[in-house]
Amino acid sequence: MSEPLISVKNISVDFGSGKKRFRAVDHVSFDIRRGETLSLVGESGSGKTTVGRAILRIYPVATGSITFKGTDITKKLTSSEQRDMCRRIQMIFQDPMASLNERAKIDYIVSEGLYNFKLFKNEAERKEKVMKALLEVGLLPEFASRFPHEFSGGQRQRIGIARALVMEPELLVADEPISALDVSIRAQVINLLNRLKESHGLSYLFIAHDLSVVRFISDRIAVIYRGKIVELAESERLFEKPLHPYTRALLSAVPVPDPEIEKQKKLIVYDPAQHPYDKEQPIWTEAEPGHYVLTSASELDKWMR
Amino acid sequence: MKTNNTNIKMKLDTSPKNYGDILIEAKDVEVIFNLRGKKLKALRGAGLVLRSGETLTIVGESGSGKSVLSKTLIGMLDKNGTITNGSILYRGVDLARISREEDWLTIRGKRIAMIFQDPMTALNPLKKIGEQIREVIVMHCGLDARASRTAALEMLEKVGITDPERRYEQYPHEFSGGMRQRVVIATAIACNPEILICDEPTTALDVTIQAQILELIKKLQKDMGLSVLFITHDLGVVAKMADKIAVMYAGQVVEEGSVEEIFYDSRHPYTWALLASLPQLGVKGKELFAIKGTPPSLFKEIQGDAFAPRNPYALQVDFYHEPPLFEISPTHRARTWLLDANAPKVEPPEIVVKLREHLKKTTGR
Repeated sequence: MSEPLISVKNISVDFGSGKKRFRAVDHVSFDIRRGETLSLVGESGSGKTTVGRAILRIYPVATGSITFKGTDITKKLTSSEQRDMCRRIQMIFQDPMASLNERAKIDYIVSEGLYNFKLFKNEAERKEKVMKALLEVGLLPEFASRFPHEFSGGQRQRIGIARALVMEPELLVADEPISALDVSIRAQVINLLNRLKESHGLSYLFIAHDLSVVRFISDRIAVIYRGKIVELAESERLFEKPLHPYTRALLSAVPVPDPEIEKQKKLIVYDPAQHPYDKEQPIWTEAEPGHYVLTSASELDKWMR
Repeated sequence: MKTNNTNIKMKLDTSPKNYGDILIEAKDVEVIFNLRGKKLKALRGAGLVLRSGETLTIVGESGSGKSVLSKTLIGMLDKNGTITNGSILYRGVDLARISREEDWLTIRGKRIAMIFQDPMTALNPLKKIGEQIREVIVMHCGLDARASRTAALEMLEKVGITDPERRYEQYPHEFSGGMRQRVVIATAIACNPEILICDEPTTALDVTIQAQILELIKKLQKDMGLSVLFITHDLGVVAKMADKIAVMYAGQVVEEGSVEEIFYDSRHPYTWALLASLPQLGVKGKELFAIKGTPPSLFKEIQGDAFAPRNPYALQVDFYHEPPLFEISPTHRARTWLLDANAPKVEPPEIVVKLREHLKKTTGR
């Protein structure tokens, strides 16, 4: 097992203060290894985006630590460390229609990070970098002189990816990068993300609500519910043997594109009151090698059967 | 055109027997939008048949014209759009020819209702949700204040909102996305419509809520005998909801058939491509099948088959002549030259032929 690139330990994120304080993320821990894709799956309001943003240091954490390549990035960093961190962790956004500056040309959009960090010696080098990034995501270099509105949703998402790539990141936080795309474009973008992972040795934190998409691209999947990770496993294993009732409910909710299977399927509804947690506290347990679940001892017995 | 529609109200034939089970029959519908002086042909001769009690789903990518087609059925095309050709028959009335708003009011909301993608924008944020449902009932069913309130409460209960008395007095921002969509459904079905059009009703919701809303629509359909026109781009949702499917591409229906015919015996290369690009079918470590390129621009006149430039199975003739709809079975038709008697025999991709086996493997069910 290779050394984790980023290690998230017991982080919590709070919003508001005093009586109105709300804990959006509650003691979440996971590692992402180098070259791995970890997916974070949950419904809206579960805190999955908040975890992603905490890693990007947009939200301060209330407890816990995030260690990126040996440095704890939740502490105050020196300005050079901070710059390095911004560069090494990049983000891809959900809605390509909303995440690009409509008034800027692609050339500027892609090189904005380069400008901010002065990552080029001269104009020619900057142009060269932009061109390379555009080619890598399957766009033509001459697109650099155009405006975002001239592109389709799939192309705009590629521009969003190019803008992250140009910074030579090591970790990409992708917040539902394909939910807003059409079926036929979706496959293109998934392939692109997979290809870039190979060629650039990238690691992904992939945030999504649709388990069917996630299965194909991720190495491991973490299921998050109301700010807590309830289950984490290798992606195939999670589909073969989901343990937590919430994971099962989530799996049953994904529509299968086959009329016969789909029409026979029974929908499982998750009821958080089913746990006997007033008697015994749930603990983060390794149910089988590499397969973790938030459970109490008596429950685990029941689920494993 | 205006001379024909003075007596529309009189002509609406509500007796079921005269038109058999066909509720809506749209033929060769052509819609043109005027955009900054340029003409965009959003529908290029699209047609569909909706039968009583069934669910017809329209699948296609954005820009394929699926929403435009559904909007022509309730007279809600944007102002710069006009129906330039074709007919949409509903109970003896040609909906394509109605131009007066008062004629539309006898149909829209009352007989044909619609729910939209985003429940946030479909509701008025300044009005109590109960009042918004009551408004529809007063307008279309002509009930008085008290009776309409009771009816609105009933509707809330029907769409699965608990404690309707309290919820009636609340505003949209006090509801979650899924609950809001339930309210929107309540306003749509408040006057017992015959046809319910759902334009991507679950795209803005996440999977668990989506599953619940789909179950609700199915249940209401059974209880109220609704016919549903369901628009989506998610083939999983299609498999769950559909009796019949129409696949749209670039303003045309390229293949139509029963749900089994489309999933297990599709004939159009575009349908194959849609099925093959499902992430559920992906094998790890291999590239997912992706349709190359992007849909054609509808600003230009399209020569031949619109899908030809992206189609690996394209024949020479596809680039010059538009294929007609070939009939495969009484319910199954596809618009591709591959079905012509002179065409070479082409097998669909292996992954599509073995769709079910693949899915069984990857979903573990």
